[in-house]
Amino acid sequence: MSVRTLPLLFLNLGGEMLYILDQRLRAQNIPGDKARKVLNDIISTMFNRKFMEELFKPQELYSKKALRTVYNRLAHASIMRLNQASMDKVSTFLKDKVQNSNGRFVLPVSGPLPWGTEVPGLIRMFNNKGEEVKKIEFKHGGNYVTAPKEGSFELYGDRVLKLGTNMYSVNQPVETHMSRGSKNLASRTQENIAPNPLAKEELNLLARLMGGMEIKKPSGPEPGFRLNLFTTDEEEEQAALTRPEELSYEVINIQATQDEQRNEELARIMGEFEILDQPKQSASKGDDLLAMMDEL
Amino acid sequence: MFRRERSISLRGSAAALCNNLSVLQLPAHNLTYFGVVHGPSAQILSAAPEGVPLAQRHLHAKEGAGVSPSLITQVHWCVLPFRVLLVLTSHRGIQMYESDGSIMVYWHALDSGDASPVQAVFARGIAASGHFICVGTWSGRVLVFDIPAKGPNIVLSEELAGHQTAVTDIATEPAQGQDCVADMVTADDSGLLCVWRSRPEFTLLIRIPGFGVPCPSVQLWQGIVAASYGNGQVRLYEATTGTLHVQINAHARAICALDLAPEAGKGTWTGHCSLYISCQDVWTPILPPCFF
Repeated sequence: MSVRTLPLLFLNLGGEMLYILDQRLRAQNIPGDKARKVLNDIISTMFNRKFMEELFKPQELYSKKALRTVYNRLAHASIMRLNQASMDKVSTFLKDKVQNSNGRFVLPVSGPLPWGTEVPGLIRMFNNKGEEVKKIEFKHGGNYVTAPKEGSFELYGDRVLKLGTNMYSVNQPVETHMSRGSKNLASRTQENIAPNPLAKEELNLLARLMGGMEIKKPSGPEPGFRLNLFTTDEEEEQAALTRPEELSYEVINIQATQDEQRNEELARIMGEFEILDQPKQSASKGDDLLAMMDEL
Repeated sequence: MFRRERSISLRGSAAALCNNLSVLQLPAHNLTYFGVVHGPSAQILSAAPEGVPLAQRHLHAKEGAGVSPSLITQVHWCVLPFRVLLVLTSHRGIQMYESDGSIMVYWHALDSGDASPVQAVFARGIAASGHFICVGTWSGRVLVFDIPAKGPNIVLSEELAGHQTAVTDIATEPAQGQDCVADMVTADDSGLLCVWRSRPEFTLLIRIPGFGVPCPSVQLWQGIVAASYGNGQVRLYEATTGTLHVQINAHARAICALDLAPEAGKGTWTGHCSLYISCQDVWTPILPPCFF
């Protein structure tokens, strides 16, 4: 409905991606300077002036596929490389019991209320003069407290809420619940398969948007390195194997090249994507670290 | 007080919009119709007693010249003196069907008029008033359609001005043979309520100001306006004077729907925290002593 929603969606998901990358970079002990470079490169691409100008133009929301392509592009804006399966990783909502294994979210009936909302359970009655004449209380089954204060809208300030903060900052091992995660993914891809009649329009918009993104090719003395969003390589390979085919990038590529005549600019950009194949030989955990240590 | 009946499964999801369930009871045919919207389509489901599902039908928003598909904002059955029409409001306009959704009898395209290019244009808020159907719009204007006893000769007869922001909901009740009685209330995104009478003509009687939160859902019963707000409150006002008589801290989140069981004199409302509360205890103490 709104033509102003895309920036919110993009910045929220982009911020979330940064939290995840930050956590994984630490968990895999990527050297500080490389980790900082990765995050700096991604942040500077995200907030690139031309990109922001394009993003904030009033426009319809992108489809899931189109937005995914933008994030894939963004994630590769640095020397880091992600495996395809890593981009589909199910979140820590399952671990934190915010979400059930059937995908439903758990809404608590206790906790702080939004600013401006009073604690449920009170009925007040007034007469014609506006004077309160009666009060009745009723049980509502919840256990809520009013917000202590309004969150700050200044550039720096106490937001009061935890929305937008880093839920990965607590140092806990992240369980992945692989099999259940895959089932969720498989059932959800049903809706993604239906051809989107707006695909051509979205690809055009995408091309304009990505025109503002600079490509950083790994070259010279700085080799790229591979970042694993799973806790082990084995899990990553397992995820790749059980990943539903419909989510493969090949689908998007084929559609783009068919429209090549009409989308030359897009085809050029698409050609610059690096789509990683699955490693044919199983890479042991140490290889990446060894490669990086060799460079020291 | 309330008895939970058998659940009926919908074939598909329901959009997270306010007032997204419409029900038509046809006791003569032992049928109940349910209507729910999701994206560009509306699901119409008919069920027998005990919730046995009988038939499902999907209605779609009429496409326009633009690229993006039109989204449906609301579906609602309008019970008129001689017929029942099913009304769909969307980003393009207003579609009216026979009550089972089988035939579209009327289409009205919205006039985007003086909307800025970034403004969302849509219709939302549907109610029957006598032989009229009233539909709210994004600009705050309420469109009044004159409906004949049968056939497709439906005419837009007037536009009511009262709101400055998008209409959210409209509620009406029969005037019970009296003229000059408040029989319609409209609500908008700013929380403002407008109380109208429909006879002899549509006239704005009184405005009940908001207080900084939207009013997504409103009901009218026996001269009492029941309004639910984005801060979880339900307020009851006297329709003719706009006097606030009851204020209920009902929910922990914004309330998305408010409904009445007029024969029983009870109301229920639901909010995002999925609690429902019967207001039987509220109606009983307030009606005799405090109002009149």
